[in-house]
Amino acid sequence: MEERINNPAARLYRSMYLIRRVEEEIIRLYPTDKIKSPVHLSIGQEAVAVAVCDQLDKRDYVFGTYRGHALYLAKGGDVPRMMAELYGKVDGCARGKAGSMHLVDPEVGMMGTSAVVATGISNAVGAALALRMKKSPAIVACFFGEGAVDEGAFHESINFASLKKLPILFVCENNFYAIYSHVKDRLAGPGLCARARAYGVEAELIEDHEPMKLHERVGAAVAAVRGGSGPRFLECMTYRWRDHVGPGEDRIHQYRPDDELNAKIEGDNLKIVGDMLPPKLRQSIEAAEEKRIADAIAFAEASQFPADREVFEHVFTN
Amino acid sequence: MSSPTEASRTLTYGQAVFEATRSEMARDSSVFVMGQGVDDPRGMFGTTLGLHKEFGAERSFDVPLAEDAMTGIGIGAALLGMRPIQVHQRMDFVLLCMNQIVNMAAKMSYMFAGAHHVPLVIRAIIGRSWGQGAQHSQAFHSYFMHVPGLRVVAPTTPHDAKGCLISAIRDNNPVVMIEHRMLHNVQGVVPDASYEVPYGRCRTLSSGKDITIVGISHMALECVRAKHLLLDAGIDAEVIDPVSLSPLDGEGIARSVERTGRLLVVDTGWLSCGASSEVLSAVFERIGHKRPFLGRRLGYLPTPCPTTKVLENLYYPSAQSIASAAYGLVRGEGAAAWQPAAVDSREVVEFRGPF
Repeated sequence: MEERINNPAARLYRSMYLIRRVEEEIIRLYPTDKIKSPVHLSIGQEAVAVAVCDQLDKRDYVFGTYRGHALYLAKGGDVPRMMAELYGKVDGCARGKAGSMHLVDPEVGMMGTSAVVATGISNAVGAALALRMKKSPAIVACFFGEGAVDEGAFHESINFASLKKLPILFVCENNFYAIYSHVKDRLAGPGLCARARAYGVEAELIEDHEPMKLHERVGAAVAAVRGGSGPRFLECMTYRWRDHVGPGEDRIHQYRPDDELNAKIEGDNLKIVGDMLPPKLRQSIEAAEEKRIADAIAFAEASQFPADREVFEHVFTN
Repeated sequence: MSSPTEASRTLTYGQAVFEATRSEMARDSSVFVMGQGVDDPRGMFGTTLGLHKEFGAERSFDVPLAEDAMTGIGIGAALLGMRPIQVHQRMDFVLLCMNQIVNMAAKMSYMFAGAHHVPLVIRAIIGRSWGQGAQHSQAFHSYFMHVPGLRVVAPTTPHDAKGCLISAIRDNNPVVMIEHRMLHNVQGVVPDASYEVPYGRCRTLSSGKDITIVGISHMALECVRAKHLLLDAGIDAEVIDPVSLSPLDGEGIARSVERTGRLLVVDTGWLSCGASSEVLSAVFERIGHKRPFLGRRLGYLPTPCPTTKVLENLYYPSAQSIASAAYGLVRGEGAAAWQPAAVDSREVVEFRGPF
């Protein structure tokens, strides 16, 4: 990996740019049908995963969801192996058995993603329990959408995490919509943070369009969790530009106002962070990431499909 | 597997489970126990009694009434190298864990192509008698047998209870261990030493030549009783305990049926899509083309379990009904029906609960 850049905005921009451009390449490649996997794009939501992962160490663990490209890349997941995975190739991070929805890279603490909403939350809490038992200095960050807070698994899990004061940061990416269902049609009571506080967990809401504030607040939360004061909950407002699933836009369904989407695109977090950088630095970051992406796609193209015998492999681990 | 020459003594099934747990916790600091009531004064029918005192509250602890998340938490701990043993006083409540067991535990190794594995043991106890009723008596082993990525064991003897649990704890994969509550007080010879009972190998509890009777979990005991009844009718039954349900030793059972030409499968559960169907088809697919045989299944009546004793007695197969069914298979349709006198199942009769 490249050396860590001292300027936090430059670090965030590099990572957000990588995610944005990888997903734009996925959109470009999708009509070729080489990516035979449903994709849930993070375009518009990059800042959350990037800000959180920048405040984590490599040894820390993250658990995510099927909308997991951003988290995988932000945590430092291998780009060529991700592309090969999307292509269903044997050099993919899960040898083609996972696809877009189950990216994994244990080398960098990317512990995987689940397509069944909220199920990964309890796994993340279990990992935090293991860290406690092993007296490890590492922590866990657990990512989920606001839809997951509808699920009983969230409530059962955060209760236990609080009860045992486990080293875990709950990161709720509130993009308002569970597929096309608005949060106001699903949520009773005074909001998501209040739910976390009901379990004795300190919670904070951070508005969209504030990537640097998000970065700063995550830093404080991570320090608190690492300091042993138990779990924290961050509700990070964000917005998905594309359809719930697939590479396209979804304006045709008219489940959300065009004006709402337009305003979010107008206030693009990637641009906000990019504009903070000197043009030369920005250009050099972009050139380096473009090369990385082109190499990753070439790697995926060149990789082979798994042999037939692999269908039986890994059902069990020896 | 242990040999009879090694030091051994008589233990109950529950004591054997306790001994396996305790010895593995002493051997490997990543092994821990979690479950509702594991550290309470009853200690899960004695199988976890006092472990929290011996190994500390971090390694044997009570949990909130949150089966779904607690299963997921066990899986998460297993992903980081711990070896959790989760205990459920009644298997009925394991239905609340199905999402995590089926969607996560069973899939992790495959979905992530070996990048992860889940060394998790789920002990599920099936209830019976003393008024357990419809929601404290269900046996769902076939649900788990259906799912690739899970191992399912159902030991009947104290010897196998100890060895299966040790195998499960040391396994890098999720294992569901079925324990019948009626077995917990049953005694048997258990070696002192540590040993593993292998998966996919059935155990012949009693040899015979006229019919193969396969009994799952507690029903294996009833099948042994039925064998004694059948001897009075001049029928020599072979009784087989599958021990391991997934993988199932289809070969071993088929070899017996090849000799006897008759197969009766008696399950601790319902018949439809059940373990008994799986045993029957496993044998048929192996030898059906070369050795025609008669087959039949017995199990719970196709009703929820009634609470009142008179109806409950009808609900479960008994040594009497097993012997009668076996007689019918051996003597053929033309023979007059035969029903031996009922025999008491000591572990059922003596059970006074309350749970």
